[in-house]
Amino acid sequence: MSTEHDHANCRELLGQFSDYIDGDLEAALCAEIEAHLAGCPDCQVMIDTMRKTITLYHTQAAAELPSDVEKRLYKVLNLEE
Amino acid sequence: MAGDAHVSEAELLANLRAGEPAVYRQLVESNSANIYNVALRLLGDEQEAEDVLQETFLSAFKAIDRFEGRSKLSTWLYRIAYNASLMRLRKRKQITAFSLDQPLREDGEGDEQASRHLVDWSMAPDDQLLTAEARQVMDQAIAALPETLRSTFVLRDIQGLSGTETAEVLGITVQAVKNRLHRARLHLRARLSDYFAERAKSLQPAT
Repeated sequence: MSTEHDHANCRELLGQFSDYIDGDLEAALCAEIEAHLAGCPDCQVMIDTMRKTITLYHTQAAAELPSDVEKRLYKVLNLEE
Repeated sequence: MAGDAHVSEAELLANLRAGEPAVYRQLVESNSANIYNVALRLLGDEQEAEDVLQETFLSAFKAIDRFEGRSKLSTWLYRIAYNASLMRLRKRKQITAFSLDQPLREDGEGDEQASRHLVDWSMAPDDQLLTAEARQVMDQAIAALPETLRSTFVLRDIQGLSGTETAEVLGITVQAVKNRLHRARLHLRARLSDYFAERAKSLQPAT
Protein backbone atom coordinates (compact mmCIF):
# COMPACT_ATOMS: atom_id res chain seq x y z
CA MET A 1 0.00 0.00 0.00
CA SER A 2 1.64 3.25 -1.06
CA THR A 3 2.05 5.86 1.64
CA GLU A 4 1.58 8.95 -0.53
CA HIS A 5 -1.83 7.74 -1.71
CA ASP A 6 -4.88 9.43 -0.21
CA HIS A 7 -7.06 6.58 0.93
CA ALA A 8 -9.92 8.85 1.97
CA ASN A 9 -10.71 8.95 -1.71
CA CYS A 10 -10.80 5.14 -1.88
CA ARG A 11 -13.41 5.01 0.83
CA GLU A 12 -15.52 7.54 -0.98
CA LEU A 13 -15.35 5.68 -4.26
CA LEU A 14 -15.83 2.23 -2.73
CA GLY A 15 -19.56 2.90 -2.45
CA GLN A 16 -19.77 3.26 -6.24
CA PHE A 17 -17.92 0.09 -7.17
CA SER A 18 -21.02 -2.06 -7.58
CA ASP A 19 -22.68 0.43 -9.89
CA TYR A 20 -19.41 0.74 -11.75
CA ILE A 21 -19.22 -3.03 -12.26
CA ASP A 22 -22.84 -3.11 -13.43
CA GLY A 23 -22.27 -0.26 -15.85
CA ASP A 24 -24.84 1.85 -14.02
CA LEU A 25 -22.68 4.92 -13.45
CA GLU A 26 -22.76 8.09 -15.46
CA ALA A 27 -19.76 8.77 -17.65
CA ALA A 28 -18.22 11.45 -15.44
CA LEU A 29 -18.19 9.22 -12.36
CA CYS A 30 -16.87 6.31 -14.41
CA ALA A 31 -14.01 8.46 -15.59
CA GLU A 32 -13.25 9.50 -12.02
CA ILE A 33 -13.14 5.89 -10.87
CA GLU A 34 -11.02 4.80 -13.79
CA ALA A 35 -8.55 7.62 -13.18
CA HIS A 36 -8.40 6.59 -9.53
CA LEU A 37 -7.88 2.92 -10.40
CA ALA A 38 -4.93 3.84 -12.59
CA GLY A 39 -3.08 5.05 -9.50
CA CYS A 40 -4.52 2.76 -6.84
CA PRO A 41 -3.69 -0.95 -7.13
CA ASP A 42 -5.67 -1.71 -3.95
CA CYS A 43 -8.91 -0.43 -5.40
CA GLN A 44 -8.18 -2.26 -8.64
CA VAL A 45 -7.85 -5.49 -6.64
CA MET A 46 -11.12 -4.66 -4.85
CA ILE A 47 -12.91 -4.27 -8.18
CA ASP A 48 -11.33 -7.35 -9.74
CA THR A 49 -12.00 -9.62 -6.79
CA MET A 50 -15.56 -8.30 -6.43
CA ARG A 51 -16.17 -9.08 -10.09
CA LYS A 52 -14.64 -12.51 -9.63
CA THR A 53 -16.80 -13.16 -6.57
CA ILE A 54 -19.92 -12.47 -8.64
CA THR A 55 -18.70 -14.69 -11.48
CA LEU A 56 -17.89 -17.58 -9.16
CA TYR A 57 -21.30 -17.52 -7.50
CA HIS A 58 -23.00 -17.28 -10.85
CA THR A 59 -20.91 -20.15 -12.26
CA GLN A 60 -21.34 -22.55 -9.39
CA ALA A 61 -25.10 -22.13 -9.16
CA ALA A 62 -26.72 -25.44 -10.04
CA ALA A 63 -28.55 -25.05 -13.31
CA GLU A 64 -30.62 -28.21 -13.25
CA LEU A 65 -33.29 -29.55 -11.01
CA PRO A 66 -32.28 -32.87 -9.39
CA SER A 67 -34.23 -35.57 -11.23
CA ASP A 68 -35.89 -37.02 -8.12
CA VAL A 69 -37.05 -33.53 -7.10
CA GLU A 70 -38.40 -33.03 -10.59
CA LYS A 71 -40.23 -36.35 -10.56
CA ARG A 72 -41.94 -35.58 -7.27
CA LEU A 73 -42.87 -32.07 -8.47
CA TYR A 74 -44.65 -33.35 -11.58
CA LYS A 75 -46.45 -35.94 -9.46
CA VAL A 76 -47.69 -33.35 -6.97
CA LEU A 77 -48.82 -31.11 -9.81
CA ASN A 78 -50.54 -33.94 -11.66
CA LEU A 79 -48.43 -33.27 -14.70
CA GLU A 80 -46.88 -36.69 -15.15
CA GLU A 81 -46.87 -37.83 -18.75
CA MET B 1 -46.54 -27.52 -29.75
CA ALA B 2 -45.23 -25.34 -32.54
CA GLY B 3 -42.91 -22.42 -31.86
CA ASP B 4 -42.76 -22.87 -28.08
CA ALA B 5 -39.87 -20.51 -27.69
CA HIS B 6 -41.70 -17.68 -29.37
CA VAL B 7 -44.99 -17.90 -27.57
CA SER B 8 -45.60 -14.49 -26.05
CA GLU B 9 -46.37 -14.04 -22.37
CA ALA B 10 -49.94 -13.04 -23.23
CA GLU B 11 -50.46 -16.19 -25.29
CA LEU B 12 -48.86 -18.33 -22.65
CA LEU B 13 -51.16 -16.84 -20.03
CA ALA B 14 -54.23 -17.34 -22.22
CA ASN B 15 -53.27 -20.98 -22.78
CA LEU B 16 -52.70 -21.49 -19.06
CA ARG B 17 -56.14 -20.10 -18.32
CA ALA B 18 -57.58 -22.40 -20.93
CA GLY B 19 -56.15 -25.21 -18.80
CA GLU B 20 -53.88 -26.83 -21.36
CA PRO B 21 -51.73 -29.37 -19.50
CA ALA B 22 -48.91 -29.07 -22.03
CA VAL B 23 -48.64 -25.36 -21.29
CA TYR B 24 -48.53 -26.03 -17.57
CA ARG B 25 -45.71 -28.44 -18.20
CA GLN B 26 -43.94 -25.81 -20.23
CA LEU B 27 -44.26 -23.27 -17.43
CA VAL B 28 -42.88 -25.75 -14.91
CA GLU B 29 -40.08 -26.86 -17.20
CA SER B 30 -38.81 -23.38 -17.84
CA ASN B 31 -39.02 -22.13 -14.26
CA SER B 32 -38.66 -24.99 -11.81
CA ALA B 33 -34.85 -25.11 -11.67
CA ASN B 34 -34.66 -21.36 -11.05
CA ILE B 35 -37.30 -21.47 -8.35
CA TYR B 36 -35.65 -24.43 -6.64
CA ASN B 37 -32.22 -22.79 -6.70
CA VAL B 38 -33.50 -19.56 -5.21
CA ALA B 39 -35.33 -21.41 -2.44
CA LEU B 40 -32.27 -23.56 -1.79
CA ARG B 41 -30.02 -20.50 -1.51
CA LEU B 42 -32.46 -18.66 0.71
CA LEU B 43 -33.21 -21.57 3.01
CA GLY B 44 -30.02 -23.61 2.78
CA ASP B 45 -32.05 -26.81 3.09
CA GLU B 46 -32.89 -29.21 0.27
CA GLN B 47 -36.11 -30.54 1.76
CA GLU B 48 -37.47 -27.09 2.49
CA ALA B 49 -36.43 -25.88 -0.96
CA GLU B 50 -38.36 -28.76 -2.51
CA ASP B 51 -41.41 -27.92 -0.39
CA VAL B 52 -41.24 -24.30 -1.52
CA LEU B 53 -40.89 -25.41 -5.13
CA GLN B 54 -44.05 -27.49 -4.92
CA GLU B 55 -45.96 -24.83 -2.98
CA THR B 56 -44.98 -22.18 -5.51
CA PHE B 57 -46.45 -24.00 -8.49
CA LEU B 58 -49.50 -25.20 -6.59
CA SER B 59 -50.25 -21.61 -5.52
CA ALA B 60 -49.50 -20.24 -8.97
CA PHE B 61 -51.81 -22.75 -10.68
CA LYS B 62 -54.59 -21.88 -8.27
CA ALA B 63 -54.10 -18.14 -8.69
CA ILE B 64 -53.48 -18.05 -12.42
CA ASP B 65 -56.88 -16.46 -13.12
CA ARG B 66 -56.09 -13.61 -10.77
CA PHE B 67 -52.64 -12.93 -12.22
CA GLU B 68 -52.90 -9.65 -14.09
CA GLY B 69 -49.85 -10.08 -16.24
CA ARG B 70 -48.30 -6.78 -15.24
CA SER B 71 -45.03 -8.48 -14.45
CA LYS B 72 -43.49 -11.40 -16.27
CA LEU B 73 -44.77 -14.82 -15.27
CA SER B 74 -41.28 -15.77 -14.14
CA THR B 75 -41.06 -12.69 -11.91
CA TRP B 76 -44.43 -13.57 -10.41
CA LEU B 77 -43.27 -17.12 -9.69
CA TYR B 78 -40.08 -15.83 -8.08
CA ARG B 79 -42.16 -13.59 -5.90
CA ILE B 80 -44.42 -16.42 -4.76
CA ALA B 81 -41.35 -18.54 -4.00
CA TYR B 82 -39.65 -15.68 -2.20
CA ASN B 83 -42.70 -15.08 -0.01
CA ALA B 84 -42.97 -18.78 0.79
CA SER B 85 -39.28 -18.93 1.69
CA LEU B 86 -39.55 -15.82 3.81
CA MET B 87 -42.42 -17.34 5.76
CA ARG B 88 -40.29 -20.36 6.53
CA LEU B 89 -37.37 -18.21 7.59
CA ARG B 90 -39.63 -16.26 9.90
CA LYS B 91 -40.84 -19.47 11.44
CA ARG B 92 -37.24 -20.34 12.12
CA LYS B 93 -36.83 -16.94 13.72
CA GLN B 94 -33.88 -16.19 11.54
CA ILE B 95 -35.33 -12.83 10.70
CA THR B 96 -35.02 -11.66 14.26
CA ALA B 97 -31.45 -12.83 14.41
CA PHE B 98 -30.56 -10.95 11.25
CA SER B 99 -32.54 -7.73 11.45
CA LEU B 100 -32.17 -4.91 8.98
CA ASP B 101 -30.37 -2.93 11.62
CA GLN B 102 -27.66 -5.39 12.29
CA PRO B 103 -24.27 -3.78 12.68
CA LEU B 104 -23.05 -3.87 9.11
CA ARG B 105 -21.47 -0.70 7.92
CA GLU B 106 -23.24 0.78 4.90
CA ASP B 107 -19.91 1.39 3.22
CA GLY B 108 -18.76 -2.12 3.96
CA GLU B 109 -15.75 -0.79 5.74
CA GLY B 110 -16.12 -3.20 8.61
CA ASP B 111 -15.74 -6.08 6.21
CA GLU B 112 -12.71 -4.64 4.60
CA GLN B 113 -10.91 -4.26 7.91
CA ALA B 114 -10.97 -8.00 8.23
CA SER B 115 -9.26 -8.49 4.91
CA ARG B 116 -7.05 -5.48 4.60
CA HIS B 117 -4.41 -7.58 2.96
CA LEU B 118 -5.59 -7.08 -0.59
CA VAL B 119 -4.41 -10.16 -2.38
CA ASP B 120 -5.40 -10.41 -6.02
CA TRP B 121 -6.79 -13.89 -6.58
CA SER B 122 -9.00 -12.81 -9.45
CA MET B 123 -6.71 -14.08 -12.18
CA ALA B 124 -7.05 -17.75 -11.21
CA PRO B 125 -9.34 -19.76 -13.52
CA ASP B 126 -12.81 -20.53 -12.13
CA ASP B 127 -12.37 -24.30 -12.31
CA GLN B 128 -9.20 -24.10 -10.25
CA LEU B 129 -10.83 -21.95 -7.61
CA LEU B 130 -14.07 -23.91 -7.38
CA THR B 131 -12.94 -26.90 -5.32
CA ALA B 132 -15.39 -28.72 -3.08
CA GLU B 133 -13.92 -26.88 -0.10
CA ALA B 134 -14.25 -23.53 -1.84
CA ARG B 135 -17.89 -24.24 -2.67
CA GLN B 136 -18.49 -24.96 0.98
CA VAL B 137 -16.87 -21.67 1.97
CA MET B 138 -19.06 -19.90 -0.59
CA ASP B 139 -22.20 -21.58 0.73
CA GLN B 140 -21.31 -20.63 4.29
CA ALA B 141 -20.58 -17.05 3.28
CA ILE B 142 -23.93 -16.64 1.59
CA ALA B 143 -25.78 -18.37 4.42
CA ALA B 144 -24.19 -15.92 6.87
CA LEU B 145 -25.63 -12.90 5.07
CA PRO B 146 -28.72 -11.24 6.50
CA GLU B 147 -31.83 -12.38 4.57
CA THR B 148 -32.32 -8.98 2.95
CA LEU B 149 -28.85 -9.01 1.42
CA ARG B 150 -28.93 -12.71 0.60
CA SER B 151 -32.19 -12.59 -1.35
CA THR B 152 -30.99 -9.58 -3.34
CA PHE B 153 -27.68 -11.20 -4.22
CA VAL B 154 -29.31 -14.53 -5.12
CA LEU B 155 -31.86 -12.98 -7.47
CA ARG B 156 -29.62 -10.37 -9.05
CA ASP B 157 -26.18 -11.96 -9.25
CA ILE B 158 -26.80 -15.68 -9.09
CA GLN B 159 -30.06 -15.90 -11.04
CA GLY B 160 -29.20 -12.93 -13.20
CA LEU B 161 -32.45 -11.00 -12.84
CA SER B 162 -32.38 -7.32 -13.77
CA GLY B 163 -32.45 -4.65 -11.08
CA THR B 164 -36.07 -3.89 -11.92
CA GLU B 165 -37.14 -7.55 -11.78
CA THR B 166 -35.32 -8.04 -8.48
CA ALA B 167 -37.07 -4.97 -7.09
CA GLU B 168 -40.44 -6.38 -8.21
CA VAL B 169 -39.81 -9.74 -6.57
CA LEU B 170 -38.63 -8.23 -3.30
CA GLY B 171 -41.15 -5.39 -3.26
CA ILE B 172 -38.48 -2.73 -2.83
CA THR B 173 -37.13 0.10 -4.99
CA VAL B 174 -34.42 -0.34 -7.60
CA GLN B 175 -32.20 1.93 -5.51
CA ALA B 176 -32.71 -0.30 -2.48
CA VAL B 177 -31.73 -3.28 -4.64
CA LYS B 178 -28.52 -1.49 -5.59
CA ASN B 179 -27.70 -0.64 -1.99
CA ARG B 180 -28.33 -4.15 -0.74
CA LEU B 181 -26.48 -5.70 -3.64
CA HIS B 182 -23.42 -3.57 -2.97
CA ARG B 183 -23.36 -4.54 0.68
CA ALA B 184 -23.85 -8.21 -0.15
CA ARG B 185 -21.02 -8.14 -2.68
CA LEU B 186 -18.68 -6.42 -0.21
CA HIS B 187 -19.37 -9.08 2.40
CA LEU B 188 -18.99 -11.99 0.06
CA ARG B 189 -15.89 -10.55 -1.56
CA ALA B 190 -14.30 -10.12 1.85
CA ARG B 191 -15.12 -13.67 2.94
CA LEU B 192 -13.91 -15.20 -0.31
CA SER B 193 -10.78 -13.07 -0.25
CA ASP B 194 -9.92 -14.28 3.23
CA TYR B 195 -10.17 -17.83 1.98
CA PHE B 196 -8.60 -17.57 -1.46
CA ALA B 197 -5.77 -15.31 -0.31
CA GLU B 198 -4.88 -17.88 2.33
CA ARG B 199 -5.05 -20.66 -0.23
CA ALA B 200 -2.98 -18.68 -2.72
CA LYS B 201 -0.28 -18.32 -0.07
CA SER B 202 -0.12 -22.04 0.57
CA LEU B 203 -0.06 -22.83 -3.13
CA GLN B 204 2.60 -20.32 -4.06
CA PRO B 205 5.23 -19.98 -1.35
CA ALA B 206 7.10 -16.69 -1.53
CA THR B 207 10.26 -16.92 -3.61
